[in-house]
Amino acid sequence: MSGVLVTARWTAARNLKHAFTNPALLLPAIMFPLVFLLAFAGGLSSLGDTPDFDFRSGYTSFQFVFVVLQSAAFGGIFTGLAVAADFESKFARRLLLAAPARLGIVLGYLAAGAVRFAFTITLLTVVGLVAGMEVDGTAPQFLALIALAFVGNAAATLYSIGYCMRVQSVAAAPAMQTPIFIVLFLAPVYVPLHALDGWIHAVASWNPLTALLEAGRGFISGVPEDSGLAFGLVFGLVALMALWALRGLRRAEAGDR
Amino acid sequence: MSGGIAGQVGWVARRSIRRALRQPAIVFPTIVFPLVLLAVNAPGLEEATRLPGFPTDSYLDFAIAVCFLQGALFALTTSGTELAHDVETGFLSRLSLTPLRAVALLLGQVAGAVTVGLLGTALYITVGLIVGVSIAAGVGGVVVLFALSLLVCLCYAAIGAYMGLRTGSGEAVQGVFPLMFVVFFLSSINLPRDLIEVDWFRTIATWNPVSYLVEAFRSLIIVGWDWGALWRGFAVALGVLALAAAGARSALLRRMERT
Repeated sequence: MSGVLVTARWTAARNLKHAFTNPALLLPAIMFPLVFLLAFAGGLSSLGDTPDFDFRSGYTSFQFVFVVLQSAAFGGIFTGLAVAADFESKFARRLLLAAPARLGIVLGYLAAGAVRFAFTITLLTVVGLVAGMEVDGTAPQFLALIALAFVGNAAATLYSIGYCMRVQSVAAAPAMQTPIFIVLFLAPVYVPLHALDGWIHAVASWNPLTALLEAGRGFISGVPEDSGLAFGLVFGLVALMALWALRGLRRAEAGDR
Repeated sequence: MSGGIAGQVGWVARRSIRRALRQPAIVFPTIVFPLVLLAVNAPGLEEATRLPGFPTDSYLDFAIAVCFLQGALFALTTSGTELAHDVETGFLSRLSLTPLRAVALLLGQVAGAVTVGLLGTALYITVGLIVGVSIAAGVGGVVVLFALSLLVCLCYAAIGAYMGLRTGSGEAVQGVFPLMFVVFFLSSINLPRDLIEVDWFRTIATWNPVSYLVEAFRSLIIVGWDWGALWRGFAVALGVLALAAAGARSALLRRMERT
């Protein structure tokens, strides 16, 4: 067990040092969510005046939840890309040979992803509050939103690790990001689900991310809904993605792509 | 190499266009990404058409203008990375030993990016018409739309060329993309400026040249012939192009001096 922990700690520390000392890696992960928050909450706030918009905490809070979940997903992707970069530089091969317990490699990247996301979510919360975000939920409810985002981030990081262990190339980034991007935007991003019409309403109703969004928005507005469903979904996703990542590790160990 | 500036431009342009069209990684995002964004954003933002004063009852008509700008934005990375690649591989150094003139080299080098951008424009119009977008300015409007699109593609391609020549690094050019992305989002791409409630955002959008470009495209689709919007759009595009082209020319001359 100590081998797993030693490997995890070492992998996480290396990844974090690399991420926090390299602005080209750090800036996109921070800047993109901030731009989305400012662009959506600032530029689209008049949508809060439309007849079907009935979210009690205002448009900035409504968008904050989406941007937090989006940054959780893309934060996970950025962490996974480090795996691909390590394979491209041949470092991952040496790591696989040297690690006392290879499970620790996956856990290390996962932990690094969580720390990087903690940095992003703190910044997002500060900017959200400065921009006038209202939090009508209680402190535990707000923490539940944060917890939901962290579990979502773990699922995205595991997905990305599994993907990059298989393809072992940074060039695969667009192919990895596109499904996540589409799932994110096929949810009630700009207005509540009931305000959507046509095919987008049908798709959003079946999109698992909608449950996460609605639970998160429930937490921030102090009217929790579908919380159990959202946590059940996101933990189920973590379990699935953990299997995906571990199988990816096995393939990398075997030298397969 | 045939003499005359037109011949020189043609020679470099042929190479640039062939190179761009042979790379799916360049053509695919330019063509597909704006349409994917349109498909997911337009239904989600349809509710905005219920805001008092919204200029059309179809958000699709309002949003399709954004595709032209997004497609043009890719011209920046295409021309910049291709030029940086030529710097990195020493191709530009070899060209500097020939009688090729700087202006021919610049115009020719951005031709590939601009061609892909114009192909995108044709596709966005076709797809738009198929899914029910109506162009209020009619056939003449489509012609002006192409002209504006050409100009905007040239603007972004010239900015990319400047970056590529100044830095000589494809990675550095890619690094500018997020900045352009920020400028892009802090504009009136999602709502008309007079319907943006937040003061600081409306102020930024008013100072942001991207707002005037998107409003010019949009005017042809949802208003018809709005000469004010068109004048502002063309003026901004020409101004940015003049600045970027001057920067790119100066960076090219400096790089050729170095070699």
